[in-house]
Amino acid sequence: MHELSLSSAILETVLRHAEGRPVSSVQMRVGTLRQVVPDSLDFYFGIVSRGTECEGARLEQEVVAARLRCRECGAEWEPELPLFRCAACGGAAVDTVAGEEFEIESIVVSEEEEEGACIGPR
Amino acid sequence: MHRTKVKVAEDALDANATIASANRADFDREGVRVVNFMSAPGAGKTTLLERVLGKVDARVGVLEGDVQGSADADRLAALHMPVVQLNTDPGFGGECHLDANMVRSALGDLPLAELDLLVIENVGNLVCPAEFRVGEDARVMVSAVTEGEDKPLKYPLMFRTCELVLVNKIDLLEHLDFDLDRFLYNLDAVHPGVEHMLVSAATGEGTGAFRDWLSAVAKGAPATA
Repeated sequence: MHELSLSSAILETVLRHAEGRPVSSVQMRVGTLRQVVPDSLDFYFGIVSRGTECEGARLEQEVVAARLRCRECGAEWEPELPLFRCAACGGAAVDTVAGEEFEIESIVVSEEEEEGACIGPR
Repeated sequence: MHRTKVKVAEDALDANATIASANRADFDREGVRVVNFMSAPGAGKTTLLERVLGKVDARVGVLEGDVQGSADADRLAALHMPVVQLNTDPGFGGECHLDANMVRSALGDLPLAELDLLVIENVGNLVCPAEFRVGEDARVMVSAVTEGEDKPLKYPLMFRTCELVLVNKIDLLEHLDFDLDRFLYNLDAVHPGVEHMLVSAATGEGTGAFRDWLSAVAKGAPATA
């Protein structure tokens, strides 16, 4: 269900940047803290993109591991469970360095060659 | 026909964030503070609001989000305050959450100029509502003791994005093998230092603190995380 709402948000963003051109693939970075199941996102994207310029487009997801940094002691670590207290000093002031990405990096679109467009004056 | 790579470099939720900012600007201009109220279905959101909203020291309105029907809005109408129902089914395809644009579509029905506090009761769901900000000042979530003590570990996104957690149905604690200390330990692990209150919407126990919290937010107190 979560992936359905998110895939709609992806579609909306991609279509805006595609400006009417057919899209063959979408490159994304998805952080593990977003609780997104990549296969599920792919599945729903295939459904919501039907009948749009994104129909059949490949959703290429780069999964970004979570990385946290303690503001108090400077420790940096990659949590395996969603535990946000500093593993070294127990501090609560912890910044997320990576893992919250849900970014569309680029899309690949097909462009029509405009035949005869540069041939010169009529 | 040739293929071109187009750089996007945009968060997929940017469009929602832009509309949420527009909502927030409208709320700020009218001097309304906004609380996004979230939980799993059946955790007791509506009953808690019934219990406290009439006693909040502010002019309060409610935006009631549901997939279908107006059962919750009908209950809150008895409080004699502006209640607007927002259904996510017609036209939205039965969305499981409110997003910034849905909230925007309902703003015209709310007398914002006459309100100090708007409570947006989100659709019951612990996942999607966490992703979509709607222009709120603070997020409050309800977790009932009947849901189990591992909820924060299973839905960290939701527990991490709220400023206040209400642990509801504590009148049932004696009948359950719910380990409250363990729940609070898990909550602190996922969202260190987040404020929480133990409440019972059924008996009213502890709800005075929530009422006072809402009154303070309505008066402009920062909802600290």
